[in-house]
Amino acid sequence: MSIEALLDKFAAVSAHPKAQLKKYKAEGKKVIGVLPYYAPEELVDAAGMVPMGVWGANDQTISMAKEYCATFYCTIAQLGLEMLLNGTLDELDGVITPTICDTLRPMSQNIRVAMGGKMPTIFLAHPQNRFAEWGLQFTMDQYHEVKRQLEKIASKAITPEALQASIKLYNRYRRAARRFVELASEHCDVITAVKRMQVLKSAWFMAKSEYTPLLEELNAELEKLPAAKWTGSKVVTSGIICDNPKLLQIFDDNHIAIAADDVAHESRFFKTDAPETDDPIRDLAVQFANRDHDILLYDPQSAKNRRGEFVAELVKKSGAQGLVLFMQQFCDPEEMEYPYLKKALDDAGIPHIKLGIDQQMRDFGQAQTAIQAFADVLSL
Amino acid sequence: MAEEVKNTEAKKPAKKKVSPGVLALRKVVDDVYEQAREAKKRGEPVGWSSSKFPCELAEAFDLKVVYPENQAAGIAANRDGEMLCQAAEDMGYDNDICGYTRISLAYAEGFRVGRKFDPATGEFIINPASGKPLKDENGNVVIDPETGKPKKDPKTQVPYEELVNINEIEALPDGPEKEMRLKALKPIRQNLMPMPDFVLCCNNICNCMTKWYENIARIHNIPLIMIDIPYNNDVEVDDSKVRYVRAQFDAAIKQLEQISGKKFDEKKFEQACANANRSATAWLRVCDYLQYKPAPMSGFDLFNHMADIVTARGKVETAEAFEQLARDLEENVKEGTTTLPFPEKKRIMFEGIPCWPKLPQLFKPLKENGINVTAVVYAPAFGFVYKDMDGMARAYYKAPNSVCIEQGVAWREGICRDNKVDGVLVHYNRSCKPWSGYMAEMQRRFTKDLGVPTAGFDGDQADPRNFNAAQYETRVQGLMEAMEANEKNNETKEA
Repeated sequence: MSIEALLDKFAAVSAHPKAQLKKYKAEGKKVIGVLPYYAPEELVDAAGMVPMGVWGANDQTISMAKEYCATFYCTIAQLGLEMLLNGTLDELDGVITPTICDTLRPMSQNIRVAMGGKMPTIFLAHPQNRFAEWGLQFTMDQYHEVKRQLEKIASKAITPEALQASIKLYNRYRRAARRFVELASEHCDVITAVKRMQVLKSAWFMAKSEYTPLLEELNAELEKLPAAKWTGSKVVTSGIICDNPKLLQIFDDNHIAIAADDVAHESRFFKTDAPETDDPIRDLAVQFANRDHDILLYDPQSAKNRRGEFVAELVKKSGAQGLVLFMQQFCDPEEMEYPYLKKALDDAGIPHIKLGIDQQMRDFGQAQTAIQAFADVLSL
Repeated sequence: MAEEVKNTEAKKPAKKKVSPGVLALRKVVDDVYEQAREAKKRGEPVGWSSSKFPCELAEAFDLKVVYPENQAAGIAANRDGEMLCQAAEDMGYDNDICGYTRISLAYAEGFRVGRKFDPATGEFIINPASGKPLKDENGNVVIDPETGKPKKDPKTQVPYEELVNINEIEALPDGPEKEMRLKALKPIRQNLMPMPDFVLCCNNICNCMTKWYENIARIHNIPLIMIDIPYNNDVEVDDSKVRYVRAQFDAAIKQLEQISGKKFDEKKFEQACANANRSATAWLRVCDYLQYKPAPMSGFDLFNHMADIVTARGKVETAEAFEQLARDLEENVKEGTTTLPFPEKKRIMFEGIPCWPKLPQLFKPLKENGINVTAVVYAPAFGFVYKDMDGMARAYYKAPNSVCIEQGVAWREGICRDNKVDGVLVHYNRSCKPWSGYMAEMQRRFTKDLGVPTAGFDGDQADPRNFNAAQYETRVQGLMEAMEANEKNNETKEA
């Protein structure tokens, strides 16, 4: 396929997740909704089912979720519940609810109550002290329970061999995704901010066995192109999610390319590979333990500003001139890490802006002004 | 457990004297902070701890520990919360973050509320807008003939306040200016909490705690001991969870050995556990006095006594003080008196942490309607007793925000039934996402299971900007009317 055809495919998938859900159901596959963060999708894949990310939506309005949530909860979680309530996700065969932030804790309960007889909900609590043998054991205990419940939905056992194959596939996907991020920066004239998002977002709505070859094909085509002669500026993006095409269009309009990202919905998800040994559940636990520099996860060296410095270094290494932080409204972990991220960026002389966003935003006038002004600063 | 009093005549408010139990409880908390200051002076390491960190561990090493949540509540109740929240926001922390956290991080950074003074004279500059109206000998408000407005009683007027930083003041050369600026710090005891040399974080009550303590560790470049309690979807705490927490206790003990330079003293640990169990039992006994109808105490008192069960569970003095308070309450029962300053007409559960900066406003419509708070979830949440190390791990696994909805509902409905509430008032606390996050569903269950009306209001435990007195009063009024209608309905049904 041509680059254009591939990008069109990703644009369509990322914009129409419901069509993807229907397609998989029509193929006779079972589909499991996966809420943020860090659920081991490999287990779903190994059960022969399709995992689909549930990260809110940019085109829905919070209405039925108000029966459960006060206003001061992040719209990603509220819209996830909304879609489970309003029929958008009725065809799912189950949903996994991780609980690593303070909004997701009670949300796991609301979803379980609200989904009552509608669909099974699979609870997941990751540990923070995840490194020592006992921490790994706790993660493994949790994953065994998730596995058991997935097997029930799939009506089949997840064999070690199937799980090993899924881990191998996911590592391949992660490598391809990381390579794509590099290539998107090198060819930012072709892979605009909007297109980059569409490619990465599609991963949440496609079986990785289907997505990965397409992404590898795109990477191969991009590698053939001469590097872009980019006269605009480049930034690193940071935050939980930035998948709104209207917001990203402002980047494209102002000739701002994305050199790399520290976004939970993008690189934070695929930056850590799992080992490939003969103990695949343990491999997944080790992968979780190896996740680092993450606002959601405890850092035993917390007296140091490792995460802030890691992000500042990412900006430098990627060749970006600045950083744009998408501050998800009501996201405590992001908000709590901001002062030290700012410190690390300031110490490294890296300019940044913080854009307050949520998925109910429909007017981007203020963001446009801020991004335009930032583009002017970066071009100086 | 207290028995129900058959005589349901209204109790007389107790004379305004503080009971021996309350005095003892106040002393216990004062001593915790005093001992920490003394330890700091001696050069011993002092810790800051989250409220439901297993205090038994630090007690085993004789380490002195203080409690930022308790401190933040005190600062907020002293009306300094807004200024410190604002200081944290100026440091870059968003105003959506928990108010306790913001106050604590501002304090950790050295911010304090000071009183403005004239450097030439050293005199405080009085804020003319402050103070209560002046009254004449007949109790009438004195009107200023010039302005036509009530005159202010100079005795109640206070200086202007400003944000200062203790680190800057302490860096000044010794002399009159430094002395004056130190003297000008607002004289609240919470301002005397020593800075930390290590932090003890247990995130059973929230994940925000993890980030909060990581930030303190960074601000002061100090070690953090982390006891992680992942959220629990089941009522029981299974063996996998116990193993995980037990292993963390062992790791924490090793870290505490390094910090204290001492070996783990098993005997001291066992004594601390015994004290904690005795305190919890006595705490529950005190809480159970709210089962009497009418009650011999104001349920709001429990919010104040929380400080003891949070900061000093592992001390024998705490157990003794609660036991004394139980005797005082028994006395009230015998004498037919109560600490509630009005006749009890209705009884409610108050769900959540109070809005500390707005306690008088919180209390006002309750008093006007004769509503006593006879149930708070803190009673079962801190009244945990265990037998061994596994039991201790299980006990700390169950905090108000770490338990599944079924456990949360069972705790609350149990205490609502035992303490005979007529309704439930729910605080949707902007500072507490894990707590407020499933309250809407809980409200539905309370009504369905208990047959009592519920009402919710928006507020905040520490930031006064998130509380609207008018909305609160309307909601309390609505709840009162619903409780009265419910009572009539029930009477009709019985008839």
